[in-house]
Amino acid sequence: MNLPLLIVVSVLKIAVVMGVLLTCVAYTVLLERKVLGFIQLRYGPNRVGPWGLLQPVADLIKLMFKEDFTPPGANKYLFLMAPVITAGAAFLPFAVIPFAGNILPPEITFYGYKIDLTVAALNQGVVADTNIGLLYIFAMGSLGVYGAILGGWASNNKYSLLGGLRLCAQMVSYELALGLSVIGVIMLAGSLSTVQIVEAQKSIPFIVYQPLGFVLFMVAAMAECGRTPFDLIECENELVAGYQTEYSSMKWALFMMGEYTHIIVASAIATTLFLGGWHGPVLPPFVWFMGKTFALVFFFIWVRGTFPRFRFDQLMQLGWKVLLPLSLVNILVTGAVILLIKG
Amino acid sequence: MGIEEHLGHNVLTTTLEKLVDWGRKNSLWPATFGLACCAIEMICTAANRWDIARFGMEAFRASPRQADVIIIAGTVVKKMMPAIQRVYDQMSEPKWVIAMGACATSGGIFDSYAVVQGIDKYLPVDVYVPGCPPRPEGLLYGILKLHEQILRDPFLTQRYKEGLQARREVAA
Repeated sequence: MNLPLLIVVSVLKIAVVMGVLLTCVAYTVLLERKVLGFIQLRYGPNRVGPWGLLQPVADLIKLMFKEDFTPPGANKYLFLMAPVITAGAAFLPFAVIPFAGNILPPEITFYGYKIDLTVAALNQGVVADTNIGLLYIFAMGSLGVYGAILGGWASNNKYSLLGGLRLCAQMVSYELALGLSVIGVIMLAGSLSTVQIVEAQKSIPFIVYQPLGFVLFMVAAMAECGRTPFDLIECENELVAGYQTEYSSMKWALFMMGEYTHIIVASAIATTLFLGGWHGPVLPPFVWFMGKTFALVFFFIWVRGTFPRFRFDQLMQLGWKVLLPLSLVNILVTGAVILLIKG
Repeated sequence: MGIEEHLGHNVLTTTLEKLVDWGRKNSLWPATFGLACCAIEMICTAANRWDIARFGMEAFRASPRQADVIIIAGTVVKKMMPAIQRVYDQMSEPKWVIAMGACATSGGIFDSYAVVQGIDKYLPVDVYVPGCPPRPEGLLYGILKLHEQILRDPFLTQRYKEGLQARREVAA
């Protein structure tokens, strides 16, 4: 195995994926503002550049040159760490999401040397093809809780702490349903590797076999992202801005980036697990992947423009008394059917 | 990010200053804060008929730390003044104040012992919007005037410098 080649190709892939992802995050914010505007019969931002396309740039410049405030009595290091953890944990799951099939030939000739690119999936459209891909995604997703709870605690503010605790309770409750809702997919594909799960959906996407699993996944993912109707963590009328209350400037922007990255990553995972990933006729794989992902991102925004917020007890009831039993039933039925067919 | 605190105001940063002022002008987030009938007009300004979102201002921030401008919309009674002062102090620099309506500007018809005779006795007001209450068009005109003023601001205003100095003295 050629180690320098492995590093160079991987770093290039990471750079491209991060660049595309960060641009997508900036423009998802604009997309949300525009779509919410249209849902509410408004125009949304349209004064900065054509169709308001420079709005994210203006917001970023404004936030960069705003006072960076650390409240007295706050734990300085944890206060700084929290947004970094949130944003980092939101970006990391994208490493195992396949965005295209083969992007390079399996073998290239370089100054007379033949180099095998099939090792470590270097020729494929994924940063890292690991055999525990799905497990890695959920592990990284769980890390995001630390950002919120540490941020809430380190701020030395009661609203922040309450917001952080709420998010923690919500994430722990819904992570269970989220994890169990994808077991059906793992049983069908027979693998935890995201690349192989996409391979298994070449003819028929898993949403056909797992409609209940898809619905459960989307509801739980919405709660994991802290989006309406589950955005109790930052409901203005009770908690000011939840765990973000004391944050200003780029630290706050990192929290926001984390939140919107979460939406994109959740959509990308749903695409990979249920909608057939990059598979699709005529158009190139990357276009199919982006199209499916952003259709789901649009769905997230649509839900925000449509539904009111749950009460906290309703949220807990939905999580423990509805989603959890349903996901267990889903696993049982899937297992029984697989056993019947394969004998 | 606090970059501006370290850069200072000198000849090297004049072009950067233009860019920063452009960004600040186009992303002016108001604090969620209303006092009286003027607040209803402010809410109308954010609704679909007038749509403050066109200027990128629909992100009303509940936490003053993330807000850029506070719109004093309505009658300020003396008992409310400490709360307003506190919210204003909690906003992170740079920050602007719009006095909306006759009451916030001068006390209006309430020439009384209970009402603050103009918010400018306590806060540095940048734009006054007359009217009782002003129509949403009036508030939007005031916001456009504030935009013009922001384009002329240096990125470390005198107020910011003094506030920074005071905070450093408290910390030391």
